Amino acid sequence: MSEQFEPKIVAFFCNWCTYTAADLAGISRMKYAPNVRVVRLMCSGRVDPQFILAAFRDGADGVLIGGCHPGDCHYQEGNYKALRRFHLLKPVLEEMNIEDERFRLEWISASEGDKVQKVINEMVEQITKLGPLDLEPISTPETLDEMLEKEQEIAV
Amino acid sequence: MISLKINGKPIQVESGTTILQAAKQLGFEIPTLCYHPQLEPYAACRVCTVEVKNEKGNKLMTSCNSIVEDGMEVQTDSDAVAQARKINLQLLMAQAPAAEIVSEMAANYGVGDTAFLSENAEEKCILCGLCVRACEQVAGTSAIGFANRGKDRVVTTPFDVQNEACITCGSCAFVCPTGAITMDDPFGREVIHDEMTLGPDKAITVPFMQAVPNAPAIDTEACIHFKTDACGLCAEVCEPEAIDYSQKDEIEEVEVGTILLATGFKTFDASRIAKYGYGKLPNVITSLEFEKLSNASGPTGGDILMQDGSVPKSVGIIHCVGSRDDNYNKYCSKVCCMYSLKIAHLMAEKTGAEVYNFYIDMRTPGKGYEEFYERLLEEGMHLIRGRAADVSDWAMNEDEEGKLVIRAEDTLVGAVRRIPVDMVVLAVGLEPQPDAEEIRRKFNISCSSDGWFLERHPKLAPVSTFTDGVFLAGSCQGPKDIPETVAQSGAAVAEALALIDRGYVELEPNTAFIYEEECSGCKTCIPLCPFSAISFVEDKNVSEINEALCKGCGTCVAACPSGAAQQHLFTDEQIFEEIKGVLSYV
Amino acid sequence: MSKPKVGFYWCASCGGCEEAVVDLNEGVLDVVEAVDIVFWPVALDFKRSDVEAMEDGEMAVCFINGAIRNSEQKEMVEILRKKSGLIVAFGSCSHMGGIPGLANLHDKESIFNRVYHTVPTIDNPDGTIPQVETSVCGTTVELPEFWDTVRTLNQVIDVDYYLPGCAPPVNLIVGAVTAILEGKLPEKGAVLAPDKALCDECDRRESKPENLCIDEFKRPYQIIIDEEECLLAQGLLCLGSATRAGCDSICVKGNMPCTGCMGPTSRVNDFGAKALSAMASVANANDEKDVKRIIGGIADPVGSFNKYSLPASYLHRKVRK
Repeated sequence: MSEQFEPKIVAFFCNWCTYTAADLAGISRMKYAPNVRVVRLMCSGRVDPQFILAAFRDGADGVLIGGCHPGDCHYQEGNYKALRRFHLLKPVLEEMNIEDERFRLEWISASEGDKVQKVINEMVEQITKLGPLDLEPISTPETLDEMLEKEQEIAV
Repeated sequence: MISLKINGKPIQVESGTTILQAAKQLGFEIPTLCYHPQLEPYAACRVCTVEVKNEKGNKLMTSCNSIVEDGMEVQTDSDAVAQARKINLQLLMAQAPAAEIVSEMAANYGVGDTAFLSENAEEKCILCGLCVRACEQVAGTSAIGFANRGKDRVVTTPFDVQNEACITCGSCAFVCPTGAITMDDPFGREVIHDEMTLGPDKAITVPFMQAVPNAPAIDTEACIHFKTDACGLCAEVCEPEAIDYSQKDEIEEVEVGTILLATGFKTFDASRIAKYGYGKLPNVITSLEFEKLSNASGPTGGDILMQDGSVPKSVGIIHCVGSRDDNYNKYCSKVCCMYSLKIAHLMAEKTGAEVYNFYIDMRTPGKGYEEFYERLLEEGMHLIRGRAADVSDWAMNEDEEGKLVIRAEDTLVGAVRRIPVDMVVLAVGLEPQPDAEEIRRKFNISCSSDGWFLERHPKLAPVSTFTDGVFLAGSCQGPKDIPETVAQSGAAVAEALALIDRGYVELEPNTAFIYEEECSGCKTCIPLCPFSAISFVEDKNVSEINEALCKGCGTCVAACPSGAAQQHLFTDEQIFEEIKGVLSYV
Repeated sequence: MSKPKVGFYWCASCGGCEEAVVDLNEGVLDVVEAVDIVFWPVALDFKRSDVEAMEDGEMAVCFINGAIRNSEQKEMVEILRKKSGLIVAFGSCSHMGGIPGLANLHDKESIFNRVYHTVPTIDNPDGTIPQVETSVCGTTVELPEFWDTVRTLNQVIDVDYYLPGCAPPVNLIVGAVTAILEGKLPEKGAVLAPDKALCDECDRRESKPENLCIDEFKRPYQIIIDEEECLLAQGLLCLGSATRAGCDSICVKGNMPCTGCMGPTSRVNDFGAKALSAMASVANANDEKDVKRIIGGIADPVGSFNKYSLPASYLHRKVRK
């Protein structure tokens, strides 16, 4: 492949801390990898595990959740719920062969523009090393035959 | 009323008055040693002896504890009185040869020496018992008392050992007429400027001269009354009976619509930078301590004095103490350059001293600021561009002997200089309050990485916070000088007033809601809501969200196992589409 | 007028769904009264050629249970799709992949390796594994191609309705058949069961506290299960809050937690992820260490939350390395 692999990362950032931090990183002219696609939510507690899996299904090579530091949640404890879900989703992803580096939860306060930069760059670097997430698309009656052919090739 | 004559002058006094008090009313001085108006008279020193003539004849009596009687004729200065005092004073001199006040008093009566035998030439205690009475009647602890009898009598603690009954209030030392009891600083520090110290205040003080309200307050941690339930002298002497020990701190709950945070800053603790010697070397003070010294209502009445009471001839001002320093605070505290120049100016004006400023960069933006700096340059201020390395009392030559030596690189000259000075002022930087973190959590707002409260937007919402109705004013948001603080506070007040005037708060549009017909009543969402906005409707077997209480985090929505809960502006469907959208481009 | 023709077919499943039809008891007579069963290999002797001989759309409805995991099943359901007016995915396996769908945590190679080589009970000295074509005594014998991935019915053919459950509850079957006969069917693609979660009809719902916080997740063998109290409140991983109602909570009535065979409600896309979210949210811990401890008490998260739904989930199968 002549073209270098550019991972796609979906980031779910909470409005009050991490999104603001990303804003700060922007205001401060901090450069970070352009691979991240931010979805703003009000709180990391709004991150439904479905969103993470949907992101992977829709082509994300990595998913990042950014929330306020423990105890700092604008809504008092939404980030704790994110933490609980994160730790239950982690073993699920592991069993589905999705590498640890592809799914991260980071506490980034509104003042930590540099941390946004660091985490994103780090993640892009790690995932670039891992390569694309080769998640087989789900077949439909229309695409089934094509997919079965591919499956045959893999089996051979 | 009782009528009597003192030294031939008639007087009428209330019954129960002592002769000493009556004489005082007439203006006759009677010497005393063991007397204190706030303590029970004890008549131990007997120098207050007077001659009293009544129907029984002439008699020598101690005036401090003798009550007036009708028809009494008192002589305070008769020969008999003088003779008696001479003898008494000789006896006291023998008891306490080192007590200066006794010798002085004796000299007034022409007594130079005592005829009696002295046991201890160093003794100062005249066994007057003032201290014992103060300890019992004022401090209420009886930590000291008399021991032994006759010539062995001494004032001491029980069994002559230090004991916990003593609350180290210092009452005994305060009342001691001869200086036999002293308070020792456990660290052996010199007590400077007598009572005009830069140190702690008394237990009852007006916080500072310009305090509002300008009323004294009792420090219950230090007050004897709150320690032992005794004393109460301030209440006794306070004629308007304004002192009320029963007053307690009250916590009042006030419901408000807006809150303005103006919690300010604290100054950098200069002792953290050991190389500048603050707290170890004498005459190294902080800028705030200089302000106290320089204040006309301060402990020195506005004179700039060193610890030995003399006026400094040369002064060094070190800028950026705790600011612009990777080891402490990276930020510039903004106000120090200007206040250091002000201190330099005042210092030169008040003491005529040579003033040396050690600065990194001179930051003087602001109306009239640069002009002030120019003026100081013209006044002949020494301005040395370079961070001071250290302050020591280690002299390398005669000029430096007994001085504080500031070592600094002079980057304009390109050399390291040693400058001996008498006094060093450290221009300490500004830091967030130590409890800023706690306050921040209480109000659900953010702090910047330096710990200052974070505004909602640095340009567009500089006085608002992330919590509606909470505004920031002053240096709790970052270092500011007074004009800037006033300007910002005005803006914050205006914002608050605008909110009050409107009278209502706009709710977040992104509240959560539950489709009643889809809710199974599983109650999963209820404990997840930190605002208790979700309740269970028993008869419908569904959960219900009170949208007025909902702050719109969406935690319940993410947890709702049957997808019956949704969030306005952030429905599952919208987010799924957004995920698709952000991933659709390469 | 001739009675509507009905077919039943069985793909990758345990056969329990067929039993569910039998569970209609005498009710089956009413069904037979109303319809003509023209295809039901498990009960009556029909051959593929019989179906192929039918006209397109000849059957009114065909109920297909089981997941699709080999070429034969694919061919059969494609034929049935052609011959049948309506296709109803019958039971968890055809609806969401079911328990056979957990094979998506593996692949063909590792499954064959396990089944034909390493299982302790295997005696296969030649290391024979199934081949699509093999020559026996000069004749070529064929076997269906075993797929790498287990698929739900709707990933293979167009499905009109879904009858969820493992196996589908009798009352839902009756309801579905009645609706078909009366022509009172909902919009295409609907799941023929109530669109609320199971807590709604659970007998124990009143014992569920409003401040449910779980300090420790337990497995059924670890505790003596109270027969009245909410199972989740007892620390058991009961997925009733995430699972579609309609089964009359028979597992919970039998003192066993709901494992989610009825699948999600219509508003949830990924059953496992949503159930996981709900369960993780009520773990009573904020500290990372405590969270890990409580969450760690949930054994086999994939198997617990996607017991019946892995092929239908967003990730649907293990990522190939």
